[in-house]
Amino acid sequence: MKKLINDPDAVVREALEGIEAAHRDHVRVIHDPMVIVRADAPVQGKVGIISGGGSGHEPMHGGFVGRGMLDAACPGEVFTSPTPDQMLEATKAVDGGAGVLHIVKNYTGDVLNFEMAADLAKGEEIEVEAVVTNDDVAVQDSLYTAGRRGVGITVIAEKICGAAAEDGQSLAEVAELCRRVNGQGRSMGMALSPCITPGSGQPSFELGDDEMEIGIGIHGEPGRHREALAPAAAVVDRLASAIVEDLPYESGDRVLAFVNGMGGTPLIELYIVYRELDRFLQGRGISIERRLIGNYITSLEMAGCSITLLKLDDDLTRLWDAPVDTPALRWG
Amino acid sequence: MSVTASHIRAWIGGYATVIAEHRTELVRLDTAIGDGDHGTNMDRGMRAAVERLEATDGDDIGALLKAVGMALVSKVGGAAGPLYGTLFLQMGSAAAGRDALDLAGWADALEAGVKGVQARGKAEPEDKTMVDALLPAVAALRAAEAKGAGLGDALRSSANAAEEGMRATIPLEARKGRASYLGPRSVGHQDPGATSTQLLLRTAAETFAGEG
Repeated sequence: MKKLINDPDAVVREALEGIEAAHRDHVRVIHDPMVIVRADAPVQGKVGIISGGGSGHEPMHGGFVGRGMLDAACPGEVFTSPTPDQMLEATKAVDGGAGVLHIVKNYTGDVLNFEMAADLAKGEEIEVEAVVTNDDVAVQDSLYTAGRRGVGITVIAEKICGAAAEDGQSLAEVAELCRRVNGQGRSMGMALSPCITPGSGQPSFELGDDEMEIGIGIHGEPGRHREALAPAAAVVDRLASAIVEDLPYESGDRVLAFVNGMGGTPLIELYIVYRELDRFLQGRGISIERRLIGNYITSLEMAGCSITLLKLDDDLTRLWDAPVDTPALRWG
Repeated sequence: MSVTASHIRAWIGGYATVIAEHRTELVRLDTAIGDGDHGTNMDRGMRAAVERLEATDGDDIGALLKAVGMALVSKVGGAAGPLYGTLFLQMGSAAAGRDALDLAGWADALEAGVKGVQARGKAEPEDKTMVDALLPAVAALRAAEAKGAGLGDALRSSANAAEEGMRATIPLEARKGRASYLGPRSVGHQDPGATSTQLLLRTAAETFAGEG
């Protein structure tokens, strides 16, 4: 295993020190417990929005802290949920008197730790609402599993809810918006290669040179199907069909299309994926009104991609277009 | 004939050693059906729990168990942090102000802990989780109590029941946690959470042995 690191046990801490040194204009960093906080937090009268999860998915979530998006992010160890003390610290740091929204990806560890944090915050008399994202169509949603995983829609929900909070919407309104975005969003991913956590030094799974894994999660966990490598057009057809048929997205719908790299796939390939997705959706009468292409919710050095669609309306489009100023996402 | 504060300290210290010894085994079990971090996370958490206990004075068993729970909540992460943290926090609430626990007191504390774990994780029996080791252990304590058994015998039978519960997770299909995403592919693997729980109750029996 080759990694550009100093010490496998210091990866998260040293990366956090790098973020702190690089982005003082956007964020300040609390080191114990670890929290990345918007530089001017708390913003009085504004709903605070925090998220968090295991490290190894950069730029999510720390790269999205700043005006118009998150107020704080809690990084866990690599692929391990952060802990309630981090989430409580973040909640206190961003509470400007209007309450705090926790955006939580549906993984058992993340959900349980955020639940404990919400209990602790109640004890501090801070109003908290939590919304759990679960957009991954690769997982069967059933009473007999932990439910669908939260993946790409989380990035979009953080951006759109961040804009609504800047607009002065209430905690209940921002939480309802978050649920709406999650409800109208669907994702699916695939991998060409596994990833290697710095702690284990071992690939998360074995994949032959001529194979791909369809329905991959973002923690190097294997997907639902392993099959022979196919051209980009066929891969996009597999992912996009599963997504479009699930919601379903129908002719006349306007969408935001998010083509995400898993960390080890060059942008040139992501644009080929976008080309195929654009053709696929045109063929179904669905128009891409907004798009995001790049590595935003990654799985260390895994090669592969995920596709996320969000059904848009005028309100969601306006909030997506609103100014955002974070280390990883910036416009307007 | 009772569990004292110094027993609790010795139990936690002993369990930290046991977890360090079984770290690789727990990682191996978790790699098969989860994300492979259970041994690493528990080892980090138990080292923190031992440090926290050393900094906690007094003979209040409730306070000692709560200190362990808080250390686990803040250091383990993943699903195991809130679940083991809740187990110890609820045991601590049940034992608050006590400097010794007889069999009934120990059973009450463990039962309160298990209820907390179920409330937090919403796991039912046979979901292939730590609950599958915990519930039989509580039942065995209650059965021993009804028979008028001594504390030592009761603890041994509770550890044995936890071990049976752990082994019984092997043929189960996981319905909670990351293992549930594997569906039928989770069958044939022993649950890592039930394994670390069995070690916890075995260590309790061994630490408190000779008291019955």
